[in-house]
Amino acid sequence: MLSAKYQMGLVFFPAFDWAISPTHPEREERLLYTQDQIMEEGLLDIDGVHELKAEVVEISDVQRVHFCVPDPWKVMTESHFISAGGAKTIGRAVMEKQIQRGFALVRPPGHHAMRVVHGGRGFCNVNNEAIMIEYLRKAYGVRKVAIIDTDCHHGDGTQDIYWHDRDTLFISIHQDGRTLYPGSGMAEEAGGPNAYGTTLNIPLPPYTSQEGFIYAIQEAVLPILDEFKPDLVINSAGQDNHFTDPLTNMNFCAQGYARMTSLLKPDIAVLEGGYSIEGALPYVNVGIILAMAGIDYRHVCEPDYKPENLKQTGAITAEIKMACQKVLKIWENREKVREERIKNQAFEDRRRSIFYDTDGFYENQLETLQLCKDCSGALKIDSRADTGAHVLAVHIPPHACPVCVETGNQWYMETDLKQFDAIYLQNRPEDVYRVRKK
Amino acid sequence: MKEARCQKNRSGTDDFHNISGIENMIIGLDVGGTHTDVVLLGPGGLRNRVKVLTDTTDLFSTVLAGLDRITRDIDPNEITQTVLSTTLTTNAIVENKLSPVGMIVTCGPGIHPDNYRTGIHYYMVKGGIDHSGREIQAIDEDQVRDAAQKMVDDGIAHVGVVGKFSTRNPDHENKICKLIEPDFEKVFPGHRISGNFSFPRRIATTFLNASIYPIHKKFFEAVKASLVAKGINAPIYILKADGGTMDFNTSIDFPGQSILSGPAASVMGSVAFAEDPSETIVLDIGGTTTDMAVLINRVPVLVPAGIEINSFKTHIRALHTRSIGLGGDSAVRVQSGELIIGPDRIGPAMAYGGPSPTPTDALFVLAQANDGDRDNAQRGIAAIAEQLGVSTEEAARRVFDKTCRLILEKADEMVRKINSKPVYTVREALEGYQIKPGHLLVLGGPAPHFARHFQEIAGYKVNTVPQWDVANAIGTALSRTTCEVTLFVDTYRCRAMAPEENYQAPVNPRITLAEAHEIALELLTQKALREGALPGEFETDVLESLEFNMIRNFQLIGRNIRIKIQVRPGLKHEHHEIAHMINNTPETGN
Repeated sequence: MLSAKYQMGLVFFPAFDWAISPTHPEREERLLYTQDQIMEEGLLDIDGVHELKAEVVEISDVQRVHFCVPDPWKVMTESHFISAGGAKTIGRAVMEKQIQRGFALVRPPGHHAMRVVHGGRGFCNVNNEAIMIEYLRKAYGVRKVAIIDTDCHHGDGTQDIYWHDRDTLFISIHQDGRTLYPGSGMAEEAGGPNAYGTTLNIPLPPYTSQEGFIYAIQEAVLPILDEFKPDLVINSAGQDNHFTDPLTNMNFCAQGYARMTSLLKPDIAVLEGGYSIEGALPYVNVGIILAMAGIDYRHVCEPDYKPENLKQTGAITAEIKMACQKVLKIWENREKVREERIKNQAFEDRRRSIFYDTDGFYENQLETLQLCKDCSGALKIDSRADTGAHVLAVHIPPHACPVCVETGNQWYMETDLKQFDAIYLQNRPEDVYRVRKK
Repeated sequence: MKEARCQKNRSGTDDFHNISGIENMIIGLDVGGTHTDVVLLGPGGLRNRVKVLTDTTDLFSTVLAGLDRITRDIDPNEITQTVLSTTLTTNAIVENKLSPVGMIVTCGPGIHPDNYRTGIHYYMVKGGIDHSGREIQAIDEDQVRDAAQKMVDDGIAHVGVVGKFSTRNPDHENKICKLIEPDFEKVFPGHRISGNFSFPRRIATTFLNASIYPIHKKFFEAVKASLVAKGINAPIYILKADGGTMDFNTSIDFPGQSILSGPAASVMGSVAFAEDPSETIVLDIGGTTTDMAVLINRVPVLVPAGIEINSFKTHIRALHTRSIGLGGDSAVRVQSGELIIGPDRIGPAMAYGGPSPTPTDALFVLAQANDGDRDNAQRGIAAIAEQLGVSTEEAARRVFDKTCRLILEKADEMVRKINSKPVYTVREALEGYQIKPGHLLVLGGPAPHFARHFQEIAGYKVNTVPQWDVANAIGTALSRTTCEVTLFVDTYRCRAMAPEENYQAPVNPRITLAEAHEIALELLTQKALREGALPGEFETDVLESLEFNMIRNFQLIGRNIRIKIQVRPGLKHEHHEIAHMINNTPETGN
């Protein structure tokens, strides 16, 4: 009798009645063949594998992470509430020790959704992982969390949300941004001044194969994880590094995904992208589920898998080596750089322009961070989108020091409302969300 | 996408009046662990009822004794149907008295099929089909012939043949069957068992079918012969775990369907007394166990996948029932000052000469039962009272109260489990339909006593099922034939298929969902009639109706349609007529 080594929970929510548009990659059919494969393999019958029912996420769960403009109902559809709810269900089951590990196999994805949300980016509107993590922090007092994003696209949304958070280690491994959406994720992007080094990026050249992925995990990710000692390890499990994916250029495979998962040992995995719905997803998902449950996955393989066609060149291997060295160096020097960057001033500004490709408009941000050696720092974002919306978003982080709490509250209360449609406050120590409107 | 979960489709209502009322005579027989109950239903309702002791070592004699007594003084020509629910196949599996069976399993990529090994005669051969029915690895005929030869040498007569995704493309299974059929008495192809996914369940179910086939066939052929010897030539039906029946011939090909029909018998005996609309819990309280089930608007809830028995997880459709170790004869103990009821049974109640106190004895003390030795019961409960430091009456009250509360607690657990079933569409997730039963139907030996107390302690409306001690046999007699069909249409390949039915046909790529439903309904109707349903007798439900656009390279290339449709488990005649007839039946002695 087959039985799981680790009690493993699975939320399967394929949203068979939801699509961005009828021919969009993010459509009803996406997880259909994955479902067929999971059911036919009998994965849900394995002793120790438990299927859980996705819950619907609360508005307060969303507002703990996002500033939705003008409000969550305008930027989310029902499916977003359930997809994030699926992640939350898994997170809760892990914390309640109902399961040891869990996988939220849900759609739509979320890792391109940033802190301020005016609409859809990269098929994402709200960030499923962040909504789950912040819920777990609130409900169970979880503090240190590591997110390993293995989607082929840079997890720029998750990076944005945790850019200033020194309690969250975010590592993204992705196809080099110079060759793929969203274009970001260079090694130099390593977090804001208060949290420098807890954001790390490992861009991989196109046509990286299993060898390269496993190298990056073993040589860079695992040693850093070891040192960070997170309470929880989350894997943003995008499956678009597959050699058959229509949107990307990598040479990863089902065996590789399973091996990578067994190395990372994530407590929680959340599905992100992956659009080879027939040739990759059914096999990659089976591989990931078996690996998480601690069951032999050696016989899982795609029908057209020919490893001899997927070998990476020596130049690629060398490039990956360099990317790993770079990131290890940033990690090593993080404390020193932080000290350096916060010592001579009280605030730091950052200007950015953000493209919402799914909905087709730009947002311009002026971000102001209170520099702080004691906490992640109070943050305000002046955000103006092409839609005409202009808001001020104030964030006081969960373990803010008294000075940063004071600053955040002042920004919220004392900023003149005249030039904004609304001013929002995320007061995380008090777990409240406030809005000032004209 | 998922439409009309309970679309009604009563076919041929014209015939209905011809069979209104029971003008024919039906025998219903249900073998239980202790008693075998037999009823004769005919014009006017319950004509006769008989209880005989079950001899678990000789079920054949038990069944014959029951049939003998119920048909005494009856004109054999008047009997129009005999419906049987036995524990034959269930016992064979539970006691591991299975005949040796060979298995040939194709071995495509994925979880290795050695994990599902059913015994020593288990051969894994080349051959692979993917999720969309495409061949990914051909079979090797020589390898198949070698396996067959080894099984012939080992004296194997029955062989199951199972492939992964054979419900998407049965070619490999069919080819293997054709190759080896001349060598064996009977070969069982996996794709005929169910249209559902799950390769491991397909292996287990095919194996069980093949391994209980000889004993099932021998038993029912003998029953048939002895009925014929009495001059009863009416068709024989076998009750299934899903609360429906199948005819004799179908049962020979799919004997696995008869596994665990016992709980279904009781549930079907209660259906007529549930209300519509209403959500009802059925509790069948026996000596050792209580079986529970849920009815929604008089339709029993089915398990999502299939029966689980011993270590076998199967594709056999079944009512969602739960059996707990609490009944009238459960052992009553005091452990560290706490009252413990069950889950074991040591023997009958002390009132009936048993060795230790039981909830039934508590009923004697409380003067709610009087057909046994009250003094003995009193003695047993007094011992419990002493350990608890209360009066005998108080102890009896506590024993009975706790038994009732524990049963209701387990019933709540079962409802919670049904409600936590995952859903896969936004619509279903947001509808969040949750059952909240408000009605309790109680049957089984001590039913009336329990019913009264359930009413006092819970917020349910409680009723005892009339003829509560033979309602299971009545349910067996009145259940109609059920079956299920799964249709899969791929408009890109211009193909409709229901491998379970051996059906494959070209379709117009512009076929609509409604037209696909018509095909499915036609297949279902044919199947139901073939398996013994009478025209006009059945209602159908759409269990699943999904339609997906298939997009490749941003182009629509076709649609993928999936329909699952069933004959709803139910009774042969209008519920109210049955309820009326049974309610008006005068008490008939054994």
